[in-house]
Amino acid sequence: MSLLATASLWIIPCLILVVLAIATAKRLPTYELFVDGGKEGISLAISILPFLLGMLISISILRASGALDALIGLITPVLSILGMPADIVPLALVRPISGTAALGMTTELIATHGPDSFIGRLASVLQGSTDTTFYVLTVYFGAVGIRKMGDALKVGLLADVIGIIASIIVVTIIFGA
Amino acid sequence: MNYIWAIMAIGGIIYAMFTGTMDQVNKAIFKSADDAVVLAISLISVMVFWLGITKIAEAAGLLNALVRLAKPFISRLFPDIPKDHPAMGYILSNLTANFFGLGNAATPMGIKAMEEMKKLSNSPKASRSMITFLAVNTSSLTLIPTTVLAVRMKYESNSPTEIVSATLLASILSFIGAILIDRLFYEIRRRKERRI
Repeated sequence: MSLLATASLWIIPCLILVVLAIATAKRLPTYELFVDGGKEGISLAISILPFLLGMLISISILRASGALDALIGLITPVLSILGMPADIVPLALVRPISGTAALGMTTELIATHGPDSFIGRLASVLQGSTDTTFYVLTVYFGAVGIRKMGDALKVGLLADVIGIIASIIVVTIIFGA
Repeated sequence: MNYIWAIMAIGGIIYAMFTGTMDQVNKAIFKSADDAVVLAISLISVMVFWLGITKIAEAAGLLNALVRLAKPFISRLFPDIPKDHPAMGYILSNLTANFFGLGNAATPMGIKAMEEMKKLSNSPKASRSMITFLAVNTSSLTLIPTTVLAVRMKYESNSPTEIVSATLLASILSFIGAILIDRLFYEIRRRKERRI
């Protein structure tokens, strides 16, 4: 078990320890503060529900109908001409739309190609260095009732494109194709 | 967003009409509605827990300490937010949580940050700071990609963590890219407004 893998297990308990130790040393009513702060969480989570439900339904219709796969099938040859590994295209296209679908794809790529193959490494880096833009937008804007998103979606999706390109370049340079 | 949302559903349903996948679509609608409820319920535990811890950290002055540490960087990134505003503390804890791979801690703090930014702008439109926040958030600067490490371990990688440096580098590049794109769009918006 390497240092980082251990660190990822230790980090949350240690964070709680530090926060509680400092707060107790300052004689703060820790338990009351915790309950008070946590209360908001219930209404927040529930208030996000309609946004989440609407978004998940629309995405699931697109996926279940097979339209998403057809779309990916159309785009894949175009992007692989541009030098993108064909195996990775579906993951790159799905990553901003659906977190669960993307994680499923990453797992499958790692399982079939092996975690230490070029595709396996690229899938790992891609999954780790980008986020589900649609989910972040839905949840964050939904929770505070923002209706006009302005440029947020465009900026978020363009940032994903950069993340994908950066992943391919970095993995190729560090590990070789 | 309205268009994209409707087009995903309309496109899917029309596609299903011609390819005979209506059965799957029908099931998927209610399956995903269920999934959304389960997801929201599981968010309750995460939200209550992290918002509780954050409240203690805030009262103990830890959020302010974090803000002081990153002030030169963060105030340049969000010029519209006053330096001592609570939004800064939440933005930073959200970015920090993402950095250490605590995805479920990042969400509640991100929402708190959005709430504070909404108090500042007081409008139903996304403010400049909100767009910047979402841009840096979706590019997710990451040191420990927790889920990916778990998957790599499961499939017996010789070195599950070998991708950490590559992930960090790629996410730094996309982080910088996101900031540049955000600035570019901001300039375009400003020019348009000036013309009107």
